[in-house]
Amino acid sequence: MKVEMRHIYKSFGPVRALQDVSLTVEAGTIHGLLGENGAGKTTLMKILSGYLRPDRGEILLDGKPVRFTSPAEGLRHGIGMLHQDPMDFPAMSVLDNFMMGHEGGFWLDRRGARRALQELARQFGFDLDPDVRVDHLTVGERQQLELLRLLWRGVRVLILDEPTTGISAPQKVRLFDTLRRLAGEGKTIIFVTHKLEEVEELCHRVTVLRQGHLAGEATPPYSPQRLIEMMFGRPLPMPERQPVPPGEPVLEIRNLVVGDHRLRLSRANLTVRSGEIIGLAGMEGSGQQLFMRACAGLVRPWEGSIRVRGKDLTGKPYHAFLEAGVLFVPANRLEEGLIPGLTLTEHFQLVYPNGRYLIDWEQARAEAQRRIRDFSIRGKPETVVEALSGGNQQRTLLALIRTPAHLLLLEHPTRGLDVESSMWVWRRLKERAQEGTALMVISSDLQELMQYCDRIIVFFSGRISEPIPTEELTLDRLGHMIAGRGW
Amino acid sequence: MKEVLLPRARPSRWVEFGFQGLSILMALLFTTLVLLMAGAPPLEAYRQVLEGAFGSLKRATDILVAWVPLMLVTSGLLLTFTAGLWNIGVEGQIVLGAIAATGLMRALQETSLPPPLILALAMTAGMVGGAAWASLAGLLKIYGGVHEIFGGLGLNFVATTMILWLIFGPWKRPGIGSMSGTEPFPERLWLPTFPGLRLSPWALLLALLSVALVYVLLRNTYFGLRLKAIGKNIRAAHRLGVPTARYLLLALLGCGAMAGLAGAIQVAAVYHRLIPPISSGYGYLGLLVAMLANYRVSWSVPVAFFFAALNIGSIQLPITLKLDSTLSGVMQGALVLFVLLMQGARARWRSKSVAEQGDDA
Repeated sequence: MKVEMRHIYKSFGPVRALQDVSLTVEAGTIHGLLGENGAGKTTLMKILSGYLRPDRGEILLDGKPVRFTSPAEGLRHGIGMLHQDPMDFPAMSVLDNFMMGHEGGFWLDRRGARRALQELARQFGFDLDPDVRVDHLTVGERQQLELLRLLWRGVRVLILDEPTTGISAPQKVRLFDTLRRLAGEGKTIIFVTHKLEEVEELCHRVTVLRQGHLAGEATPPYSPQRLIEMMFGRPLPMPERQPVPPGEPVLEIRNLVVGDHRLRLSRANLTVRSGEIIGLAGMEGSGQQLFMRACAGLVRPWEGSIRVRGKDLTGKPYHAFLEAGVLFVPANRLEEGLIPGLTLTEHFQLVYPNGRYLIDWEQARAEAQRRIRDFSIRGKPETVVEALSGGNQQRTLLALIRTPAHLLLLEHPTRGLDVESSMWVWRRLKERAQEGTALMVISSDLQELMQYCDRIIVFFSGRISEPIPTEELTLDRLGHMIAGRGW
Repeated sequence: MKEVLLPRARPSRWVEFGFQGLSILMALLFTTLVLLMAGAPPLEAYRQVLEGAFGSLKRATDILVAWVPLMLVTSGLLLTFTAGLWNIGVEGQIVLGAIAATGLMRALQETSLPPPLILALAMTAGMVGGAAWASLAGLLKIYGGVHEIFGGLGLNFVATTMILWLIFGPWKRPGIGSMSGTEPFPERLWLPTFPGLRLSPWALLLALLSVALVYVLLRNTYFGLRLKAIGKNIRAAHRLGVPTARYLLLALLGCGAMAGLAGAIQVAAVYHRLIPPISSGYGYLGLLVAMLANYRVSWSVPVAFFFAALNIGSIQLPITLKLDSTLSGVMQGALVLFVLLMQGARARWRSKSVAEQGDDA
């Protein structure tokens, strides 16, 4: 089935996720969708599969315009999406999951479904026990199950969102073989990824998105150089940076191993000195978030030690980190950062109480007024934070960073901000560094990292590079490393 | 990106009033339908309820007798609701307060301690009992990962069983245990009432104090602000340095203490003994009051009074109209349901109008 998406627009509140993106995928091909995180890949695919509705634009299947109001409807039209995180029911058996969403009247046909599952699994060489519970499967096996389920439902267009994250190397080989075979049978495959080598290995054609816009298309043989340029934009001339003389060690990490259910990071050793800015670069989910949260005391490391200003904080609760002057500013502002429903004044009072028990609201309001001015927040003391724009929410988060802070950990401090707001944020952060605070920053804007950081650590699928002094890096080399090349 | 201050997505005061008025109207309509189905004259029934509630000074003060425990429970629940907790276990907390107060009074009634001291100790025991029961729900939640609704529900059953066991077992009246409860306390251990009325000024004072306390706590203290922060976004509150576990527990302890005090007052001022239905369902009713008052202290005072008036007013319905007195329950339930329904309708209406505004931008 030929898929055409024409002039798609989608916004989430003030954030413009997609602007005038068009995509054409021919039947029987594997089409890559490449881009850094936040580029809009997943949003575009969720629109195609019916999870989201576009604000504007149209979708054509084999030339006929369609409009989906739910994923079930998308599925009925033959479009199935394999999500980045398996959307299954862990507490249920493989067979039950396989039958989930099957439209076939009121009664369950367990026997028929079992036969179908075993038949499909045999065809593709997957080894799935129908009676085992899904939470006993690996991520790769859950993906295989979901793939078979979609095929059984008769999908003709298969969307895979970052399918190689968290699966083993042999599972990946098997997956790629399967996809090639499905394409050979005439199915349309859309393969969402940020890994260049996967595009080179698998895709007949690739579309690149950057910041919600269409950046370009390419066909084999691919030029990695060109793809990286499309993903990250053309390199701009670097402004001069004056290096800050590093001070006392603030953070000392020894033999640290962190992990979660899908990723185990390589062993890390790192010393961050006061006044230093360390950038953490890598695609979303490459391990940098996990690493930073371990440094913040929010994730318990599996091995190794974390010392802050000489004090061993390994395994200590978050509050101990907070008291030691380690402050973490998360990326998802309204989920972890701020408290929707509370006003600016209330936020400031939570962090900087002006009394012990009783709140002097008048004084609190005046103080809030002052911070609002200091941090150029567009809002009033009684504005609730969810009514602020993204940039002002970010300023509020920065205004909520306690002083003194010895180590500041920031996740995407400029994500979604315009150039001016970003520069303002970085000015503030530089000031903090000059005052002796050590900073660690996650960003997907490589330009920004190159411009402001003293050293950069690259993450790729759980691998952690040595901290590389920025002088020794070029944007080009950084882009390659993030995409898994030149290690 | 353009820096726009989004409107606070709040419809005008009139729209708000309109929705609220509509829900009250629908609740009345629904109750009228129920009455018609039961074959009762609706207008006469409403008149009887009014008459029953405000017909005499005694009846009017009886409303306050019902208002006191309801208000105490609601005050406590405002703390837990603010912290984002569904303290269903409040029923059990009332019961445990009543049990603790009864136990203390039984132990001390033969001593020569002055009755006011014994009563004061009984009130304290009630608070401790309720708080202890609430702390179980809190510890289950914080350390056991048991949601407070399930923990509370389970503990309610345990509390009911415990009170029955006490009344029919260790604390049964000489001779046989009976549903009518334990042996009444001597009159000197009754919480003093206004002459000729069932209303105790002490109970009234305690209820007013607790409302005032919760009002100040939620409005003017860091304690209240932190509870609010936890209730609205526990992850962010934790990240901003609020000790969330401690404050969740404190909210439950505060609510348990007030519920326990309500139980103790029911024992010492109203029934003068422990009876199986000592909580009179005030715990669940308090949840409804808090919801209907939109979790605001100031609104909860009149709402609790209104609910108490319905309860008292419908007492004589069985005699005059051969109707069951649970009509008040029908009205209260219908009211809450329709108000919540209207809130849902309003939220939909609001998000739609915001979306339309967004399209224009």
